[in-house]
Amino acid sequence: MSVLSCTDLNVHIGGKAILSAVSLSIEAGQVTAVVGPNGAGKSTLLACLAGLREPTSGGTLLDSVPLSGMKSRDRAKRLAFLPQTPEIAWAVEARTLVELGRTPFIGARGQSEEDHTAVDRAMAAANVIAFEHRIVDTLSGGERARVLIARALAGEPEWLLADEPLTGLDPAHQLDAASLFRRLADDGVGMVVTLHDLSMALRMSDRIIVLAEGGVLADEPPATALSPEVLRRAYGVEATLTQGPGGPLIDVICRVPLPR
Amino acid sequence: MKPISRPLLYAGLLVLLVILSGISLIAGKVWVPFSAWTQTDIDPRWAIVFELRLPRTVLGILVGAALGLSGAVLQGYTRNPLADPGVLGVSAMAALGAVLTLYYGVTAYAPWALPVAAISGALIGVAILMLLSGSASSLVTFILAGAILNILSSAGVSLALSLAPNPWAVNEIVDWLMGSLADRSFEEVKMALPLIAIGCGLLLTTGRALDALTLGEIGARSLGISMSKTRWVLALGVGLAAGASVAVTGVIGFVGLVTPHLLRPLVGARPGALLVPSILGGAVIVLAGDILVRMTPAAGEVKLGVAMAALGAPFFLVLLLRLRRKIA
Repeated sequence: MSVLSCTDLNVHIGGKAILSAVSLSIEAGQVTAVVGPNGAGKSTLLACLAGLREPTSGGTLLDSVPLSGMKSRDRAKRLAFLPQTPEIAWAVEARTLVELGRTPFIGARGQSEEDHTAVDRAMAAANVIAFEHRIVDTLSGGERARVLIARALAGEPEWLLADEPLTGLDPAHQLDAASLFRRLADDGVGMVVTLHDLSMALRMSDRIIVLAEGGVLADEPPATALSPEVLRRAYGVEATLTQGPGGPLIDVICRVPLPR
Repeated sequence: MKPISRPLLYAGLLVLLVILSGISLIAGKVWVPFSAWTQTDIDPRWAIVFELRLPRTVLGILVGAALGLSGAVLQGYTRNPLADPGVLGVSAMAALGAVLTLYYGVTAYAPWALPVAAISGALIGVAILMLLSGSASSLVTFILAGAILNILSSAGVSLALSLAPNPWAVNEIVDWLMGSLADRSFEEVKMALPLIAIGCGLLLTTGRALDALTLGEIGARSLGISMSKTRWVLALGVGLAAGASVAVTGVIGFVGLVTPHLLRPLVGARPGALLVPSILGGAVIVLAGDILVRMTPAAGEVKLGVAMAALGAPFFLVLLLRLRRKIA
């Protein structure tokens, strides 16, 4: 099973420590959720894990090989990244957008038969075949998000790192995306997602990493990761874990001053 | 507008190009029918075709191709339909380089100095553009950097004009700045052809990167595209192609802006698919403009650069209004 790991990762921006001494080892075949308050460094961590950001010190290893030493094309074949605020610059068809996911595989000869089938499969998995030929500008936010997920899947990556993929989706589409991520993990893909919705994190992940102030506050299975103590220290809120009819639920009671 | 199939688009543009090349050889103040071409010994008009109009036509194709492609690549890279070598100040920097050689009069004994200076100007222009806009090249920084380049180079040109040693130098500079294909010979073709070919060759390799940039810079990088490599290839390609064009014809604006914009809906908006059509389309537009310019009933000849600007400015305005409506 593929392993994505980082040791003693430090990122400083303008003298400020965004991430300090983060060490993680993440296994494929699981959904790993990264949660934490705004500004905790979730996006920065994900970008470092994806090899898209050079840390101040430390580095990311994919199966013991440093990402920084890999050819960017080889890295892109194995590891897909879904940015938080995806940009779609031109009014292209949904299918054209998904085809971009094949970029690392496309040589001078253009797309092969294999590329076509991979795109078809990705579009089927993300359930976007119905609007294959629609222009992305005319899609709803939820439809566009699914097309972008299909784009990430088109490369048939071993790893999918998604920065807040559920933000901006309605509850039904959130569930769709969560179950898609679960299916991918069951197929052996390494899923790393940053999330804001803690209840969602509890229900969809196998492991929760709580980031606060640039460091790892907790790194455990969902049942134990989000203890009231961790939530108080990370978010400055009083909250309890309850069982709702649909599964575990984080009930936020009130704000408490952050311990300094 | 619906995208059309690629062979159909290429064939259509090629047919247009061939027709316009034919007209370009025939049309002008003196009409030269095909019959005159073959009877070279009795009809002296063939000289007009082969000595004057043929190089003019070839140059028109070359310059149009270079500008059209540069525009398509710059628009793809900046993800902005308002970008082109003119708007971003690259052409103006090339012109400044050329004007300096005219000002110092070095072109009289070193004819290669002007193209070298123009290309250097263009390369410096693109390099400054890349430096000013930085690695996080947002649209605003790019357009602002272009505006700075335009201001800087036009100030340089004004300075050269005001300090010009004699009226002939002023005349030469002004005449050259207006941009024209008139009275060009095969000397210019020989000079521009290899440089434009290398520049276009480099630019054509950026297609995959430009496609990936549809997803923004981080999206492209996550797909394995090296941004620094793309940036350098683009800078060198635009510098050579646009610089060599300016060197042989002066500044001809708006071709790079209009061509990709007109063709974009026909290729389904994919920036990489826009490159080859923009080469053909740019050549078509410049040839058409040059033919029109030759046929205008005027004592002299309307300069191509002036005509293009006159046609291009309203186009730019419409584009801007439409863009504004889209944002609002």
